[in-house]
Amino acid sequence: MTRPKNQGNSQPRWLFPFVVTVIFCLSVLPLGRLAVTGIVSAMQGGAHQLLSDPALWQAVYDTLTTSFFGMIAAVVLGGGFALLLTLFDVRGKAALGFLFMLPTMIPPQVTALSWIGMTGPSSTLLKALGLAPPLGSPQPLYSIGGIALLYGVQNAALVYLSLRAGLLALPRDGVEAARLSGASSWQVLKDVILPLSLPGFAAGAAIAFVSCVGNFGIPAILGIPASIYTLPTLIYSKFSSFGPGTFADVSLLSAMIAILSVAGLAVEERVLRGRDYRVIGLSGQVAVFRLGSWRWFAEIALWLTILIILVMPLTALVASSLAPAYGVPLSSSTATIQAYEEILFRQTVTRTAFTNSVTLSLTTAFGLLAATVLTGYFLVRGRSRFAPVIAALAEIPYALPGIVLAVAFILVFAAPVPVIGVSIYGTIWIILITYFSSFFAVSLKPVMSAFRQLDPSLEEAARLSGARFGRRLADILVPLVAPAAGASVILVFLIACNELTISALLWSAGTQTLGVVIYNLDDSGSFNLASALSVLVVFMVVVMMLVLELMAKRLPKGVVPWRS
Amino acid sequence: MAKLILNSLSKSFETGGRPAVNGLSLTVREGGFLALLGPSGCGKTTVLRMIAGFEQPTEGSILLGERLLADASEMVPPEHRNMAMVFQSYALWPHMSVAENVGYPLKVRGISGEKRQRKVKDALSAVRLESYADRQPADLSGGQRQRVALARCLVTEPDVVLLDEPLANLDRHLRQEMEETFREFHARSGATMIYVTHDQAEAMALATDVAVMSEGRLLQVAAPEEIYASPDGRLVGGLIGQGAILSLPSPDGDRRLLDWPAMQSLLSTREIGQGNDPVADILVRPQDVEIAAEGVAVSVLSVLFEGERYALRLALADGQTLRAFSRRSVKVGDTLTVIIRSAWRL
Ligand SMILES: Nc1ncnc2c1ncn2[C@@H]1O[C@H](COP(=O)(O)OP(=O)(O)OP(=O)(O)O)[C@@H](O)[C@H]1O
Ligand SMILES: [Mg+2]
Repeated sequence: MTRPKNQGNSQPRWLFPFVVTVIFCLSVLPLGRLAVTGIVSAMQGGAHQLLSDPALWQAVYDTLTTSFFGMIAAVVLGGGFALLLTLFDVRGKAALGFLFMLPTMIPPQVTALSWIGMTGPSSTLLKALGLAPPLGSPQPLYSIGGIALLYGVQNAALVYLSLRAGLLALPRDGVEAARLSGASSWQVLKDVILPLSLPGFAAGAAIAFVSCVGNFGIPAILGIPASIYTLPTLIYSKFSSFGPGTFADVSLLSAMIAILSVAGLAVEERVLRGRDYRVIGLSGQVAVFRLGSWRWFAEIALWLTILIILVMPLTALVASSLAPAYGVPLSSSTATIQAYEEILFRQTVTRTAFTNSVTLSLTTAFGLLAATVLTGYFLVRGRSRFAPVIAALAEIPYALPGIVLAVAFILVFAAPVPVIGVSIYGTIWIILITYFSSFFAVSLKPVMSAFRQLDPSLEEAARLSGARFGRRLADILVPLVAPAAGASVILVFLIACNELTISALLWSAGTQTLGVVIYNLDDSGSFNLASALSVLVVFMVVVMMLVLELMAKRLPKGVVPWRS
Repeated sequence: MAKLILNSLSKSFETGGRPAVNGLSLTVREGGFLALLGPSGCGKTTVLRMIAGFEQPTEGSILLGERLLADASEMVPPEHRNMAMVFQSYALWPHMSVAENVGYPLKVRGISGEKRQRKVKDALSAVRLESYADRQPADLSGGQRQRVALARCLVTEPDVVLLDEPLANLDRHLRQEMEETFREFHARSGATMIYVTHDQAEAMALATDVAVMSEGRLLQVAAPEEIYASPDGRLVGGLIGQGAILSLPSPDGDRRLLDWPAMQSLLSTREIGQGNDPVADILVRPQDVEIAAEGVAVSVLSVLFEGERYALRLALADGQTLRAFSRRSVKVGDTLTVIIRSAWRL
């Protein structure tokens, strides 16, 4: 017997095809295309030349070592912060947590620039303080160790969030029972809490590893000058020296990145075994241990870390942006805002980049919102059998490194779009559609949590009032998910505006983004202009994070990624 | 307006298991007030949601007068049914004021301006909330929210009003007040109302008809007095009113209402203990158990002071329990003799 179509379903008929089309275009099509090109070129033997190239294996080795040590650094930093801030009676937790999140939200190329400004012979800050090493001595960050260190700084917050979520989900009564049975604080920590928080550690480490593997900004700025290539920067350099075999090569390289990422994500999935710490159980309250006389020590260590990973690099960045000309020492009399005038009023490239980034990000944020409100509604309210598959497909593009996605869309759009016959390769449209694909999950998540929290009877009451789908959407659903939708827009805007990896591969003259321009300015030696632009970007990041922080009270749980 | 007909309605969910509603047939007369009563999980909400159009029946059909609302292959969506529902969670839209909530069904129907304002005002005054029109739902008490939800139903003159345990979240005092409001509402609107509850006292106080469900099936439909006086089957007997159900030998013939002599003979045959007789379930209401100088001997199991009287649980010689009321206090363990004035074979 065939089941009659359920028209009691609250969804209009076009919703399912719409959602399927969106997911197909943003996820299935590019990734499928990438897989097909990879497999075809591997079978045609084009792979042989690439695979016998020692430079490739050097890049694989460098990717793995930098990512591994980066992961270790992230686990040490993020784990330490999560344990101290969650389990102990440290003061100023909210401020420390917020500041610790900042390095993750600052674009990686800006992080790299700021650290360069803090170390090495040409550091304006060190020169102003008279601490600079002699000219000609090497920049210590242009090395495997330097890349790994910055990976650690950049991704520490991922470990922090994962572990913290795990710690907050610990049953409080378990801890209390252990204490009542006579265990000291230290024993409880060692025997109960740490073993139980291992999955959080492992999951955080796995996500950090994946994020390191896909990072482009840091190895581009720190690695290329020292001829250290990771897989993403190798792809970039293949595109710069474009040749007949480029497409085949890059599709294989991105397949490698994809495999490394999938392996990392599989580890995360495995250790969490279906428990979504990031959504549930965040309201848990962990017993707080007293540090006693060690508290001062812990607080000083925490603030010192913030000083080193955040305050000093940013100070160096500001110092570099205020330096008059290359080599001129910075003092209160030589400081100048000339660099800011230059990027804001004189250079057309930077102004174009501002316009491009803001337009792209706004379009992505609002365009995606329209799609994700409908998709989120379908996934949460629909009783479709396909909902889990669709939800998984929607997640994948964001989980994969941006470089993989960029390559996938290049492959899709290298030839003119069939039927209409227009080529969007090299235009701003290809960047836009790749953004749509990459940030779909970012936009979807807050909207879905809002729909989950919404009592279905609110919509049912509107149906009985006679309101059709469009009407309910406009009058009831959208206003009720508005706070989460606002958060979704800000988050997507924030991430898209700071993005470099995708646009680095997809830009062409006139479609530069902020990330690309910062990188190019640095590449061409205009370090002070690059720094000034970076300072503006950091400022924008902080402002938007503060806005989200202020909104957080009115948002469903799990919407603001760094709040728990 | 017309009567609402449920025609051997069934609903199975995809998750499998036994059907949530199973071959339920029921006619609610025009302007009737039907209370749907039953234990938790018996399918009351599912029936209501099928009537509203949120679920499609897997078998059977729903008709409003001549108009087919739903069967297994076709269905009129809820937005076109001209029904209204009061949800257990009130389902007020938190981003709209009280007046906007109440006026929304009119807004959707394209009624605006003067006319809408007047209707909203009328509906709010019917639930005595005129002065709250500009408040936000969050600033109201539970009972006030429930009344806003009711006003929202009132405003469009729906054919059928559905209420799913509307009083379950309220305290006892407020429940009485709201029951009054519901009765007024019914009298005033003349709408057909279906009221889901698992509180039998509420059902009897409000409804013109009571339907009892269990495990997806309809057990009995009747007027409150009738269902109280002559329940069908053990389940209905246990659910409606207070009372004790005794297992006694089947009385002769098909008499159902039993008086004291009949009961006395049943109890005494029982005491003699003729084992293999067919057994019948006999419902004895506590007000029919009278403490007297002679009769059947019972011992007192428990005594509960209820204010107006004492509620007793009594044990017969063979251990079966009876309920009774008493004006004076008795002690646990005392032995009394009681007369059973009347009883009902289920
Ligand atoms: N959407 C659904 N999917 C699967 N099973 C359901 C669904 N809704 C209800 N059921 C099942 O159908 C049966 C009847 O549920 P229903 O909600 O109608 O009970 P109810 O009589 O309203 O109970 P209560 O008094 O507790 O509200 C239950 O066994 C329930 O588990
Ligand atoms: Mg129910």
